[in-house]
Formats: sequence, C-alpha cells, structure tokens
Amino acid sequence: MADFDLASIGLDVLFKGKNFARLMGGLGVALKISLLAVAVSIPSGILLGMLMTWENKVLRFLLRAYLEFIRIMPQLVLLFIVFFGSTKIMKLHVSGEMASIIVFSLWGTAEMADLVRGALASIPKHQYESAAALGLTRTQTFIHVILPQTVRRLLPISINLITRMVKTTSLVLMIGVVEVLKVAQQIIEANRATSPNAAFGLYLVIFILYFLACWPISLLAKYLERKWKV
Amino acid sequence: MAEPLLFVEHLLKQYGDKVILKDISLTVNKGEVVVIVGSSGCGKSTLLRCLNALEPIQGGIVRLGDESITHDSKNLTEIRQKIGMVFQSYDLFPHLTVLGNILLAPTKVQGRDKAEAAREAMALLERVGLKDRAESYPAELSGGQKQRVAIVRALAMHPEVMLFDEVTAALDPEMVREVQDVMLDLADEGKTMLIVTHEMQFARAVADRILLIDGGQIVEDDDPEVFFTAPKTDKAKQFLNLFEYHRSKRNK
Repeated sequence: MADFDLASIGLDVLFKGKNFARLMGGLGVALKISLLAVAVSIPSGILLGMLMTWENKVLRFLLRAYLEFIRIMPQLVLLFIVFFGSTKIMKLHVSGEMASIIVFSLWGTAEMADLVRGALASIPKHQYESAAALGLTRTQTFIHVILPQTVRRLLPISINLITRMVKTTSLVLMIGVVEVLKVAQQIIEANRATSPNAAFGLYLVIFILYFLACWPISLLAKYLERKWKV
Repeated sequence: MAEPLLFVEHLLKQYGDKVILKDISLTVNKGEVVVIVGSSGCGKSTLLRCLNALEPIQGGIVRLGDESITHDSKNLTEIRQKIGMVFQSYDLFPHLTVLGNILLAPTKVQGRDKAEAAREAMALLERVGLKDRAESYPAELSGGQKQRVAIVRALAMHPEVMLFDEVTAALDPEMVREVQDVMLDLADEGKTMLIVTHEMQFARAVADRILLIDGGQIVEDDDPEVFFTAPKTDKAKQFLNLFEYHRSKRNK
C-alpha cells in the first residue's frame, strides 16, 4: 500500500482549484430543481387527488388520462418534449432548468395525486358511517376523522416520493442543465491527462452526496411510518 | 302508560329494482327493548340503518317523536345525535385514544365543555369496566373492549334510542358475554333499544319484544316468551327450528 495516494482512486482532482465547490454548486442545482418541483407537486397533487375521488365521470377520466400519460412516459422523454418542443414548436425560450422544474412538477403532481387518491380510498366506509351516526356533518367528518387518518397514511409514502424526485434529477444533464453529474463530467474531461482515475473518485463522491441528501429524508419516512402505524 | 317514541310507517327500501324492505310499520315505546331477528339477508340490518338514515328510503316515514328522519332532511345531524348506533365492525377511530373517540362528538358536535364531557366519559368507562383504558388506542384493545368503547361513545351523546347492529357477531366467543352484559345493564336502566342479533338466548333474556323479519316484512311480533314457546306463524316456527338440534339415531 506504499504507493497509495488520493490520485490512485482519482480523488486528487477534488481538491484542485474550485472543483469541490463546483460540485456542491451542481448538487445545489439538482436540489433546487427537485425542491421547487416538490413545492408545486404536493399542494397540487393533494388537490387533484381529492378531485379524483369525486363522482364526476368526465373529471375522473381526464385526471386518469393525465396520470397514466405521465406515468407511461419515461421522465427523460418528458424532459426532451418540454425542452425541445417548447423551443421548436411553441417558439418559447425555456431554459433547461425551467423545463426540468416543469417536468418534475408535472410528474410529482401526478404521483402525489395518485397517493392521495389511494390514501383517501383506503379509509373504510364504516369510518364515514360511524361518524355520521354520531351526528358529525360531512365537513366535521372530513376534518376530524378522515383527514388525520389520510395524512398518517400519506406522509411516509409522500416523503419517499420526494427522495425519488431528488434522485431522478440526475437526468436533467441530458438537456444541458449543469447539475452535479454534469459538473463531474466537466472536471473529468478537463483533467483527463493529469488524473486519469478522476471518474472513479468523482462518481464515488457523487454517490455519497446523493446518499447524504436522501438518507435523512428516507429515515424520516421510516420514523413516521413506525410512529403512526395504525 | 306506554309512550311511543319511534315510529315507522309503511317503510319501503329498495336497491334499484330489488325490494329489501316492504311496508314495514312499527312503533317502539320509550324504554322498550326490541330485538329484531331473522335469517341472513332478510333485511334486519338494513331496517336498523334506515332508522338513522344511513340508508335512504324509497317510501314511507320514519319518525323520532315529532321529527321525521330522512336522508336529505336539513336537521339530519341533529336527529342522529338522538339515535346512538353501534355497528358489527369495529368502528372506533384508530387515530384517537379511547377518550378521544368518546369526546369527539360531544365536544365538536354538541359543543359541550370538554372537562365536563370527560368526567362523564370516565364514569361511563368505569361502568363498562374500562376506566384504565381511557388513554389506550383502539389497536391496543380486544374486540370486546372495542365494542364496549363503541357503546360508551354512543351513550356519551345522550341518545334517546340506541341501535345495535349485530355488535357481537364479529367477536370471539369468550368476548361476547362482556358486551352483552353491558347491553343487559342498559336495558335494565330503561334505555330504548333496538337490537339486531343472532344470539337467541341473549334475545330471549334482553327483549321486551321480538320481531321476526322474513322476506323484507315483519312476520311475527311477540313478547319473547310467546315467540320462543308458542310462535304464531309457520315462518317463526321454521326460523326457531334452525336453532334446534336433533340426532335421529344414537349409537350406544
């Protein structure tokens, strides 16, 4: 192990110039896209999910169609459609970052809506009936009986959705957004001659960064799931 | 002497074209314990559910005192407060403690003082032997305990009538008795009760009056001794035969 040094696993480039700061900046872009999309997805998903439990057939069909379309499409294809489609067809200039936020919001909203719909549907009918038999109005039933149970079922699974959204931002480099993976590629290219092992070191660091970003969220989900186990 | 409280007149209940209850008429007096029996699917649970408008009816009238009970009446939630109901399935709210379950409707619906309602709830819990479980969650209780809490939750609203829809049917045999004892106790206290059950021994003990429903109609309406010893109709005799066991040959 005498000749072991940082260069042998390609970590030396990390400390050259502003490379580490650039990498963190890239992670910041990824987190910004995912968190903005989460901020849009959660309220709009809750709203759509509640609408999905309504009796109106036309509304239900439209929401179902939206959900299925978003789910069937790979996220990468959605990114291409929005990014290239908006410029070529609609003559709009949408930045890669903006296109990413739009796609992730559309996707997150669809997934969240389905989680909300499922959580609402999983509340047994007799919960509504016993509340009605006690004289609760529909609004009181929703606020005091249905909502608290729905939120308990929903929180852990929606937190998992957030981690999925954070992870999937690694696709946005394909439409030219300079996020953490793109920064890594740039550093690897620039140091190809001097640090041929940089790829291993940098991707290892990115692995750790993603892990550190998602692990606490995942732990929180597990904790809530245990705490609220009904 | 008898003071009529609950009136059902020519009640018709159907799902689509299928008639579940036809032309049911019935008057229940204050303090009377009416047990409704009948084979599965005869409509006895549906009748109970029509009495507090959990099921909309297609004809006839249901009245509590002077107030008519219909699925779309404006004061439905007020009338329902006067009619307590306990179901077969464990219907406690899983996210609330025993006390939280009991206090929800008195405080949120009736706007009663929380401390006062809690004192009464504790007294009721003590009466059914569950005072020490006030802070437990439903998931920590046995089936029999859950049903006793469900009874207390209904009683806490001070209902004028209590409806029991096969409340022991889903319980393990050793827990049936503890729930039935609470119901017997309420009957002795003079509560007006309508009970749907399959337990004939219990029916005989608790009832002031027994109704047999068959094919969506009341076919027999007797006091329990007459019903079990000298039923008037063939339907009642056939029904009671279901609970008699014979063995034609005994090998010694």
